[in-house]
Amino acid sequence: MRWVLAKNVRATLLKIVLFGVALIPLAVLIRSVMVGDLGPDPGKVITESLGIAAFQLLLATLLLTPLKKLSGWSGWLRYRRMLGLFAFFYAVLHVLAFLQLILGWGDLWATFTRRPYIIAGAVAFLLLLPLAVTSTRKMMKRTGRWWKPMHRLIYVSALLAWVHFLWQARSDIGEMVVYGVLLATLLVVRVYWGGLSSLIPLRKA
Amino acid sequence: MFIKRRPSWAIPESEVTPESIYLNRRKFMSGVIASAATVAMPGLVQAKEAPKTQSLEYHQAEGYSTDEDVAPYEAITGYNNFYEFGTGKEDPARHAGQMSVDPWAIDVEGECGRPGRYALEDLLRPHNYEERIYRLRCVEAWSMVIPWVGVPLGDVLKRLEPSSKAKYVYFETLHRPEQMPGQRSLFSTIDWPYREGLRMDEAMNELSFLAVGLYGKTLPNQNGAPIRLVVPWKYGFKSIKSIVRIRFMEEQPKTSWEMIAPDEYGFYANVNPDVDHPRWSQKRERRLPSGILRPNWIETTKFNGYEEQVAHLYKDMDLAKFY
Repeated sequence: MRWVLAKNVRATLLKIVLFGVALIPLAVLIRSVMVGDLGPDPGKVITESLGIAAFQLLLATLLLTPLKKLSGWSGWLRYRRMLGLFAFFYAVLHVLAFLQLILGWGDLWATFTRRPYIIAGAVAFLLLLPLAVTSTRKMMKRTGRWWKPMHRLIYVSALLAWVHFLWQARSDIGEMVVYGVLLATLLVVRVYWGGLSSLIPLRKA
Repeated sequence: MFIKRRPSWAIPESEVTPESIYLNRRKFMSGVIASAATVAMPGLVQAKEAPKTQSLEYHQAEGYSTDEDVAPYEAITGYNNFYEFGTGKEDPARHAGQMSVDPWAIDVEGECGRPGRYALEDLLRPHNYEERIYRLRCVEAWSMVIPWVGVPLGDVLKRLEPSSKAKYVYFETLHRPEQMPGQRSLFSTIDWPYREGLRMDEAMNELSFLAVGLYGKTLPNQNGAPIRLVVPWKYGFKSIKSIVRIRFMEEQPKTSWEMIAPDEYGFYANVNPDVDHPRWSQKRERRLPSGILRPNWIETTKFNGYEEQVAHLYKDMDLAKFY
């Protein structure tokens, strides 16, 4: 009994730690805005760092299943929803920042129909929307056996988010390559453990 | 009576905020905020080193003017592209201090009467410096107004006696990987050294400028010390930095961005709101510094507002084809 309690305490502590870590990008940004050290193009810096934070949290969410496999501790999965929702949270802020601080709500039609990297990013974002909506326990019950195949959309979203990032490179793609290798690893281990079908969304197992 | 008519691209010096005034104000503001931040989060505040520069003697040629606000010194020197030092906008300011710019020599080659290796001082000695306040429009759809000090490019090139075969002039940036971390990057798609070029009539245009200074002082390394090109009616990447080679050529030279992505960046690269970059629009630009909450969008103008001076260079050309 005492052992079980200790384990729960540990799990709760870990949750608090992860919560705090997930808030770091936002805290750093708020501090920069207050200090005023974002440079002459602050809107761009804000938008880009929110986008990177969203992508990093998507990767963190995808890391939990491999962690469970490797560590044998299924407790990792308890943090999936929290990290996934944080990814969505940063994605929402990223999109709002883009619309307000970069676009200024102008040129909307041309931007979302004619700029391939924007289209990729917009689709990546839209795919996260149903996942966030169905993340509650209640919605999990209601969607039943569809829940799992639907939530595999996160793989498509992460891939599109990476393409969205890569398409903005002008010459040096070092950073994009690093993230690409991380994402590829997270997807490949899933294929290794569960076969290719474990990656395909919207198909019942 | 002799009346000097100011060309439309000229900005009187009276319209430039004296550097000391805004520096003082900004220094005060950032000092107060930074000290508060240092107390709150000591690890996050980085000490920034001021670039090493010397005062220059120059005159105000005409009054090179627009009623637009000139960008602050810290914006120009702290936020720019110089991929030799990394692709981040702050990388040049962070890493360019490693580059040694004294002594500096420029190799002059090709179709001209006076080829050879010139020490920078020898190349510049016969010329008087002047200040020109130009708009700089980056292909990434942002822009700044910058007070350069230097000499008209045409004056320097004429002394090198280009022959009748010289149809183009080609420039090269320093290639010194041990002092330029961007040149050591494994994932860079640029085939160093950085290369640029102009058609001879473009180079001889009154606007083409060789800058050696900024805000009355020698160029900080991150802005292309000790000598760089400024061609204000073209996208910023044409204004090649830290020049070590000038070659007069009969054939059109290959330029770096054209080599990387010919469908995105052409040889001419004239600022043109009607020809979009394949990945983004060129109709508008964000004039920097921009506010936090509202982007400072302005309409982009043809030839960056220098149509009167340069449009004749392209009068029979399809600018959508020769972008």
